[in-house]
Amino acid sequence: MPTQVNQGLATLSDQLILVTVLLYLVAMIGFALELAFGRARTAAAAVATRRELVGARAGGGGGDVGGGDVGVDEASADAAGDTAGGGSRTEPEPAAWAVRAGGVAVVLTWIAWAGHLVGILARGLAADRWPWGNMYEFVVALCFAAVTTFLVVLMRRPIRFLGAFVTVTAALGLGFAVLFLHVQAGPVMPALHSYWIAIHVSAAIAASGLFTLAGVCAILYLIRHDGRPSVLPARADLERIAHSAIVIAFPIWTFAVIAGALWADRAWGRYWGWDPKEVWSFITWIVYAAYLHARATAGWRGRAAIIVSLVAFACLLFNLIGVNVFLSGLHSYADVPR
Amino acid sequence: MMAQRDNMPSDTEATKPAVEQSVEEQPVEQAAAESRRPAGLGVVGWLRWGWRTLTSMRTALILLFLFALASIPGSIYPQRGVDPGQVARYFQDSPTAAKWLDRFWMFDVFSAPWFAAIYLLLFVSLAGCVLPRALLHVKEIRRKPPAAPRNLLRLPHGEAFEGDLTAEEAAKRLRRRRFRVVTGHDAVTGSDWVAAEKGYLRETGNLLFHVALLAILFAVGAGALYGYRGNVLVVEGDGFANAVAAYDRFMPGQQVSAESLQPFSFTLKDFEATYVAAGAKQGQPLDYSAKLSVQESPTSTPRDFDLKVNEPLDVDGTLTYLIGHGYAPTFKVTDGKGQVAYEGPVPCLAADQATYTSECVIKAPDAQPLQLGFLGRFLPTTVPNGDAWVSVFPGAVNPTVQIFPFGGDLGMRSGVPQSVYQLDTDGLKPLGKMSAQPKPLAVGDTLELADGTGKIQFTGVKEWISLQTTYDPGRLPALLAASAAVLGLVLSLTIRRRRVWVRVRDGKVTVGGLTRTEGSGAAFSAEFAEIVTMLREE
Repeated sequence: MPTQVNQGLATLSDQLILVTVLLYLVAMIGFALELAFGRARTAAAAVATRRELVGARAGGGGGDVGGGDVGVDEASADAAGDTAGGGSRTEPEPAAWAVRAGGVAVVLTWIAWAGHLVGILARGLAADRWPWGNMYEFVVALCFAAVTTFLVVLMRRPIRFLGAFVTVTAALGLGFAVLFLHVQAGPVMPALHSYWIAIHVSAAIAASGLFTLAGVCAILYLIRHDGRPSVLPARADLERIAHSAIVIAFPIWTFAVIAGALWADRAWGRYWGWDPKEVWSFITWIVYAAYLHARATAGWRGRAAIIVSLVAFACLLFNLIGVNVFLSGLHSYADVPR
Repeated sequence: MMAQRDNMPSDTEATKPAVEQSVEEQPVEQAAAESRRPAGLGVVGWLRWGWRTLTSMRTALILLFLFALASIPGSIYPQRGVDPGQVARYFQDSPTAAKWLDRFWMFDVFSAPWFAAIYLLLFVSLAGCVLPRALLHVKEIRRKPPAAPRNLLRLPHGEAFEGDLTAEEAAKRLRRRRFRVVTGHDAVTGSDWVAAEKGYLRETGNLLFHVALLAILFAVGAGALYGYRGNVLVVEGDGFANAVAAYDRFMPGQQVSAESLQPFSFTLKDFEATYVAAGAKQGQPLDYSAKLSVQESPTSTPRDFDLKVNEPLDVDGTLTYLIGHGYAPTFKVTDGKGQVAYEGPVPCLAADQATYTSECVIKAPDAQPLQLGFLGRFLPTTVPNGDAWVSVFPGAVNPTVQIFPFGGDLGMRSGVPQSVYQLDTDGLKPLGKMSAQPKPLAVGDTLELADGTGKIQFTGVKEWISLQTTYDPGRLPALLAASAAVLGLVLSLTIRRRRVWVRVRDGKVTVGGLTRTEGSGAAFSAEFAEIVTMLREE
């Protein structure tokens, strides 16, 4: 059992996390400048670039169920696209410096991300174990997952508008962890001596990072008013990003819950025992499942589905943080300072 | 005809009637039609209406939300199945509230009838949707891709090029990309066409996922019927044999008989807990290890086993887990007549996890002339603190016990079951002058009781462990079903259903494609471009 803690590394980790918070804040300002002085978009401009299908119908199926509705799904993308037509783009060209501020912010976010990563690694090396054994480390890893998700998606899709919101979320989360949750690096409870911590907690963190990205998009969706020029992308685009993130995160979350059950089977003598943490991860799973179902049902598409996804996100946050603070149960080694 | 419902997050097309209708309004109308009260339809009509309502998407969503909502009290109130002690405490602290909460099964949420009603309805609704959909999918799989539409360039993805590609060659190439392919000839336009479709695994995965959920429910149910759980506390030096009578608490499934228990036994030779000795984390546990000598059956030779948290003892599928531990100081109680009224270990409950200050109850009902009872405070690492003594470390470095002696009637003859961890002081009087901080006894010390009623000697320190034994035949099926569910989920969320058509006439080739899965247009355009390139190759 590792009992010796490398104080130098532990201190380095603490300092790096502080630097990371500051860098995220500076990056947030850069992103915000670009948002404020960059180009405003109309709902139509964003949607019009996508191809719309006006209901081509294949012959083959005839009366057969499911045969004649070719392409309906692609056509259903967004009602706003049909009505807005060409869209009015009368805004002046954005200031070059504003765009550059966004670019600088991306670079800063990458640097902060690297600092964040090294901070986590140093913490793990200092205590010679996986660096998510208590609440502080878990929240730090969660913010890392959210930023990582953002940066990875940013390499493939134009979602820089999200930068300000993701970095401010990460900075707030890290600040909260540093101020209220911080404990000295050290060994963990015997119950956590298992390789399952690497599997179960990592999956939970990865899924939570993606859910956070979806949550940010969902909140922006509610703020955004289509038809009014805005620096934010159209609602349909926000909705699509949120949906994609949830579609990827949901199986990972499912896996995390199952891995948790497998670990519980090793540690506690049953794979499912309705411990508060289990109850809330189950609730979170159900509400996200409800979101996926709601979105597949036409009547709930759009705003209603987004609200369901936000309810699910609230359940997730309560599960990750609230359960450890307010409810007592077997997951009580979170080591939250009182 | 029963309307098809879309009860799963997936392609919306599989269950939609083939009418040209905007997707936005159609299911709303459908839902409205479903909930419209059927006038004068008779019993069959009502049944059909009820079935339709139950298996409709809206009902499924409401049931899902109810399911989530219904679980919440299970995380707020203590549950009998998880921690019966806490439930008892709740009853003690606020009896009226507890009585009312209990009437609504708030302490047994997950076995409450209303909870069962929700999940049974949900699963019936699920089955009512999955079965017809599975039949439809089987038909769909056997059906050929639909013939090419007239104008392929009007499809969401379309491209035309010149080349001497034949329909046969296009079909061959598409087949190589694992498309399902049919070819045909269009007499009106005089062109050959190829229709290709791919991504059937999406719906297969979707169905697999939902069927797997049903399987999990059955596995959990089977485990509850044919499995059992038991708790037992074992002191160092003592043994345990797996039989119903040996358990402190035994929770069998309905189909479990006493003979069906795996006949293994073990002795607890030694228990070791290690703690952080110094620094900010002083006293934090590092490792627990129970050294067992296990006999898998009455005839087999004993083997040593090191039982740890996360490393249960497995005897043919019956698992024994290390759940808790504590101190069991040993005492020798001699009564007023000079006879030994009690001798042995007394398991104490930790009152403070950080220092393992523990509370003990010693009962000597055979003592004469007075029955003797003692409250004890066990301090593993004792240091004086002013006029008091406290424990500063959970390890037994300097163990002492503070004893509070009582004499009189222990109340054990009334027939009412008593907890071994509680002293009923109604019929008892303190012996001698009661102090809040009596001088602690070190190992070997003896306390003489007042008025010659006897004496108590602190003879040594042992440790106890609490174990849980579980036999659950549903574990493995549940795991398999859960794995199938994840596999199905991944298939249904990542695979796109897509169709590609090729039309060839006089050296002119048109290719059209579409994806039948919402939101995958962007990813499909890349694939479509690849397909066009592949078809263009000479």
